[in-house]
Amino acid sequence: MQSSGALRPIVIPGEAVGGPGLKPGPGTYSEGGRVFAAQLGIRDEHEGLVSVIPLNGRYIPQRGDAVIGEVVDQGPSHWLVDIHSPYPAPLHATESPWRVEFGDTARYLKVGDVIMCHVLSVDEIKRVQLTMQEREARRLNGGMVIEISPTKVPRVIGKQGSMVSLIMDLTGCRIYVGQNGRIWLDGDDRSAAVAAMAIRLIDERAQAVGLTEAVRERIEREQPRGRGPRPS
Amino acid sequence: MEDIEHIEKGMKLIKSDGRRLDGRRFDELRPIRVEAGVLRRADGSAYIEWGGNKVLAAVYGPREAHPRHLQDPARALVQCRYNMAPFSVSDRKRPGPDRRSVEISKVISEAFASVVFVEQFPRTSVDIFIEVLQADAGTRCAGLTAASVALADAGVPMRDLVTSCASGKIDGVVCLDLNKDEDNFGDADCPMAIVPRTGDVVLLQMDGHLTYDEFQKAMGLSIDATKRIYELQRDALRRRYSVTLEDILKEPPPAAPAPVESDEPPMPPEEDFGPEGI
Repeated sequence: MQSSGALRPIVIPGEAVGGPGLKPGPGTYSEGGRVFAAQLGIRDEHEGLVSVIPLNGRYIPQRGDAVIGEVVDQGPSHWLVDIHSPYPAPLHATESPWRVEFGDTARYLKVGDVIMCHVLSVDEIKRVQLTMQEREARRLNGGMVIEISPTKVPRVIGKQGSMVSLIMDLTGCRIYVGQNGRIWLDGDDRSAAVAAMAIRLIDERAQAVGLTEAVRERIEREQPRGRGPRPS
Repeated sequence: MEDIEHIEKGMKLIKSDGRRLDGRRFDELRPIRVEAGVLRRADGSAYIEWGGNKVLAAVYGPREAHPRHLQDPARALVQCRYNMAPFSVSDRKRPGPDRRSVEISKVISEAFASVVFVEQFPRTSVDIFIEVLQADAGTRCAGLTAASVALADAGVPMRDLVTSCASGKIDGVVCLDLNKDEDNFGDADCPMAIVPRTGDVVLLQMDGHLTYDEFQKAMGLSIDATKRIYELQRDALRRRYSVTLEDILKEPPPAAPAPVESDEPPMPPEEDFGPEGI
């Protein structure tokens, strides 16, 4: 593409991304010994494995993912949770952190509650089960939830969490990032708004190079002077 | 539809210099402009102007298939709705699905079902909406071409983009990409859609009569044209997703706490009209 260094060339479905000897990774398929892109995204080659990092797409649950869900229905022994994916995700009462009597689910989680939970299992026809038996699983009180494209979640987190900790340090917000593209953030109004703005910026411009610096610059511009980050 | 029965037969569609009424040669396309990502609420979208055709395409999904009994535990459904706006033709079109649009929806969804990796998303559906805002013959090809850009824009995994073009016969001459007059008063129209990388034909229809040789020639014309259209589709997607760091720093979105929903994709300059223009 153009010579500009700050541009990651994108690949389009059907475009050849690798010849023989390379293995097809996520977002690609192989045909006749060659590898082609299956999704619109950025080509990535790593130890003989070619993959395409998609720029868009739905969240497909995977075992072990940390997700932020909203309770949309309740049964006598389970809750139905919307995790922003094409598949309904039940959370069984035995997978909750509480001792729930049969028929007493409403005492613990109500419709509309937002929870941080994990994907317990996904079978071959994509039946999903959730669990809250992890340390960080909880009901989220206060704060706000914003939604971004699930494919941009790795960019929001950054390498070893660099991006999300940058935002947390600069704004003093508490942030949870779900793999499903839902992000919960809590802080005072001003800093939460700045953090939300920064996350939206990442979501929109995820394919740009040098994004961390752009985000840092933007936050520092928005942040009122003389109010340093809150000590955690 | 215009009442074409009373119009005098034998209308000249090809002038003495071998050009058509709109000045094109037999193997020339109308000007085409494709734009990706034009709708904010849809997962993927595209807009195409193809001669006098103006078509919007939107894609949602993969999402939960409703009604539930339609769900397929082994693969995703590809559902398509082709719809013409009442104001898209000169006489008002009665709104709602009719025999023609139901058929077109069916053949387009089948064309896409063969390129989308449906096995990756069991029990879901990928919904494609094609809205014809202005029609000038060849709307199914324009709609299909736009929908395939919208599918890629939505991040739906697929083998390749699908590209579509029609050929037909007017005044006994096999021609590419008929316009409305040529379609109404011509002898035959033959829309087709191919997967450019492999050359697989995923849609092929014909209205009127062509001999075997004429059909071969029409096919050849369409296949050549799809190569050019394929580049326009890819170009639209590249334009949509080429953002530099300078762009980020140059045009800051409104200050917080206003949501960053203002900057629309930049309108392309004139040169985005296809290589073949009038």
